[in-house]
This record gives sequence, structure tokens and C-alpha cells, in this order.
Amino acid sequence: MNTEKLSNLAMNDNGFIFDPESGYSYTANETGIFILKRMAEGMQRQEIFEELSEVYEVSEDNFNSDYAHYLLMLESLDLIRFEGDTLESRSE
Amino acid sequence: MKKTYIAPNIERNSAGNMNKYGAKSVVRYKDKIDGIPVTEIVEQFGSPVLVLSESQIRRRHRRLMDALQMHYPKVRLAWSYKTNYLGAVCNIFHQEGSCAEVVSGMEYGMARRLGIPGNEIIFNGPGKKRHELELAIREGARIHIDHLDELYLIEKIAKELDLVPQVAIRVNMDTGIYPQWDRFGFNYDNGEAYRAINRIASGKAMNIVGLHAHIGTFILDAQAYYYEAKALLDLAQRMKNELGITVEYIDLGGGFASQNTLHGSYAPGEFISPSFDQYAEAIGTAFNESQFVSQNLPLLILETGRALIDEAGYLISSVVGKKNLPSGERAVILDAGVNTTITAWWYKLKVTPTRPFPGAYQNTIFYGPLCMNIDVVRPAVPFPDLHTGEQVLITPVGAYNNTQWMQFIEYRPPVVLISETGKLELLRPREELEDVIGREIIPEHLRSQ
Repeated sequence: MNTEKLSNLAMNDNGFIFDPESGYSYTANETGIFILKRMAEGMQRQEIFEELSEVYEVSEDNFNSDYAHYLLMLESLDLIRFEGDTLESRSE
Repeated sequence: MKKTYIAPNIERNSAGNMNKYGAKSVVRYKDKIDGIPVTEIVEQFGSPVLVLSESQIRRRHRRLMDALQMHYPKVRLAWSYKTNYLGAVCNIFHQEGSCAEVVSGMEYGMARRLGIPGNEIIFNGPGKKRHELELAIREGARIHIDHLDELYLIEKIAKELDLVPQVAIRVNMDTGIYPQWDRFGFNYDNGEAYRAINRIASGKAMNIVGLHAHIGTFILDAQAYYYEAKALLDLAQRMKNELGITVEYIDLGGGFASQNTLHGSYAPGEFISPSFDQYAEAIGTAFNESQFVSQNLPLLILETGRALIDEAGYLISSVVGKKNLPSGERAVILDAGVNTTITAWWYKLKVTPTRPFPGAYQNTIFYGPLCMNIDVVRPAVPFPDLHTGEQVLITPVGAYNNTQWMQFIEYRPPVVLISETGKLELLRPREELEDVIGREIIPEHLRSQ
């Protein structure tokens, strides 16, 4: 998974995200921005879950499913790319 | 206590989307034309350079033929030389099956140079000269008569040469659009057109083989073609009933709009210009309703040029410099101006960066290099901050630019064709001083300073 673009995004804690390269802006909810910030730092799913579950009440299964879905949203917005990933490895 | 979890979500903000003020303002970049990098074209041919895409031209031609033939099978396109008369471009259309539509002796000569026989040339235009008419009659061209003096002249030449010219008359009419073009041919609504036909028939010097009308240009109401076709077909029926003359073809002229956006247009051209299908349906409906068509199956001819080639033309231009205007807007000076892109006076041409740009956009005016206040390629448009030497694409510029461009202050740029196989072919090199002054004569007493 290529998350290079994420490190270039300007994100604030209220969920406003700006992509200086394309000029697009985005709005994420609080878990959305929580995860995105950590992805931008290069964290993997497991690490993100551990930090998230300290703040939010969520099971790992529940999170895994939402996380996989979130990645698809990010991909459709062209913010991340699945390059040569297998289906299984995508949500790592 | 931990917070309540909600599933992560992200959405793109859509403030820049189409709204009542027009289309979204986010600027997308385009760094290739038909797969060829813009930088490669500039390295090879310099800047500015006009680039035409062969595959896009052919695709549009085939698309229009398909759309028309869905409604009426017997169709032929005539390539309007004045839209773009580079020999290579004309031959693409001729290879696709178009005949030639010319409006002057010069254009007639261009078609003949390409080997188009006289009987494959439609000779329109209001200013045909005697020697041009003589040649056209000898070579069997279809001459579209514009006015009575031309009619008398053709009759006279025909008698002198003892030949029977193949002619059509040009008809103008009210099709419900504004402006109503009434300068070409004879008026339908007041009966002038029928009187002209009567006159030709009684002279017995020429064959009336067709009826022609050219109702306007950049016509945004496809329905106008329904009224045009209906009027010409009714006229054809009347000719048959009363004079026993059956015309072979109905020529509806040109005028289909391209995807360009007119100055003063509220919405972008992509949204308001009718599609080929809409034009074809309007024309097809008139044809399929007509008694004349059901009995005689005339050939339908269209001479529409702009909509076939405008989008296939790209002008690559480079930034010469930038400045900030007192209005707060940014001005960019390009190396190509209205001298090469004359259609900038009619359209809000698209200016597209050739690479992605970080940062916010600022209202930017694109000027050309001419020392003239009128040299505006594109009035204010939100644009990223360009750097000197960088390229932008100005589109669509395939129609009416390299026929109307001016040799004014600057040399005209080279024209390059991207062939269907992706090869760059030079169609016309950049002009040099000799091209400008080559035919100039300085009298003896003015040869020294």
C-alpha cells in the first residue's frame, strides 16, 4: 500500500483536510482523522488499533472491518494506492 | 471512560463543484496529448506549437456519421475547408469519406491540389469570380448559387462554354434562432428562393441538383435544423410538383457547436452544446416526416466543420513572465496570443497546467506576447502559480485558428500532427523572416535609409 500522499496532507483536529497538490479538501469524522494521522506517520493497522482502542470502546473485529472499508474510501479518493497488494495484505 | 466509537469516514468537500455560477474551479493538469508528453513535443518543435490529433479527428467524424445514419442512411459529410485547410487535415477527412466544401477560388485550388476531382467539390461562398466559376464549371463542381448576379453570370459562362453546370441554390430562412442569417442565398420565407429556382429552370442552361442552406454558426438549438431541413424538403417537393425537377441532395450546411464556451455563456460548452445525437435526431425527424424523402431518398449533406475538429487541436504555450495587476489579479504572459489563437475573442478557452501544482489558486489572466491591449488569451480564471518557462495547454483550438491566424508582430508557430500510431509529424514549420517579407517589394528610391 502506498501512503506517500498522506504525508503531504494538511490535517487539523476538527477533521478538515487539505491536499495542496490537487487543491481538494476533505472532511473526516473524529475516528477518520485519528486513523489518517497515524497512517500518515507510517503506522500499520495493528498499531493504529492499539492506540484507537485506548481512546474508543471498540472490538478488534469491528475495527478491522471498518478499517478495511476506510482504506477503500481513501483509495477511491486517490489518497492511497494499493500497489501489487494481495486482497489479504491490503488492510495491513 | 472511553469514548463512543464511530466508524471512520472521509468525504471530499464539494464546494468547488458545478453550481449556479458555473463549473468547478479545481484545475486539473494534463501532461500528455494522445500519450505523447508535452515536454517531448516542446523539446522537438519549440514553443508555442499547435498540435492536432489524427485519432481524435477520425473519431469525431465516425461518431457523427454513426449518429446521422441512425436516423437517415444516405448521408455524406463535406469537409469545410475554411475550418482548417492544412492539406494533411483535409486528407484525413477525405480518407474518412468526406467530399470538399470550398468557399473561394483559393480553397478550390487547395482541394484540386490534393487531387479532389471537380465533381467532389461543393463550391459555396458569396464572392466567386468569373475565372473561378469557369474552372468550376469545366471541372463539373457543384456550384451553390448565392445571388442573382452570380446566377446570370453562370448562365452566360455555360452558354459560352456550351456546358451544363451542376448547381444548387443557397437558401436562407427563419429557423427560430437569433441571429437569423439572411446574407447567404435567396430567402425562403418571402418566396425569393422559389423564384430563383423558377428562373434557373426557365433559362434551361443548368441542372439544379441540390438545395443548400447555411443557417448560422455555433448553433446551440438543435431544433433549428429540423426547421431548416423541413423547409428545404418542402421546397424540393414543390420543385418536383410544379417544375418536374427532382434534386439529388439536400445540403444543410454547417454550424454544429463544438464544446467550446462562448464569452457570455453562463454554463460551460460541454453542458450546453447539443450532442451529435441531438442534431441528428432533429434532422432525421424532418427527413423521416417528408414525403419528398420517402419518394426520392435524396442524399443528405452536412458541411459542419467546427464540431469535428475543434477538440482535436491543442496549443502548447509557455510562460514568458508574470505580474501582479493593480486589481489584485495575477497576469501571466504567454508566448502565444490572439495572433495564433484568434478564437480567444469568441470563446473562454480552457487553459490547463501541464503538471500538478501545490498551493491555492489565484485569479489569473492570460495575456499573449503582442504589444496590444486586446491580446487576452483567457480572462480571469482561478489558476495555480505558474513559473516562467512552464507550459500550459490552450484548448480547444482545432477549428478556425490556423486558417484565421494573423501574421502580426510574431511568427506563426509550427503545426504538428500526432498520427494514429503516435508519431509526431510536422505539418507546417515555424515561420521565419523570409515567410513574412518574401513577397514584399521595396521601390528603388526606398532601398536605403
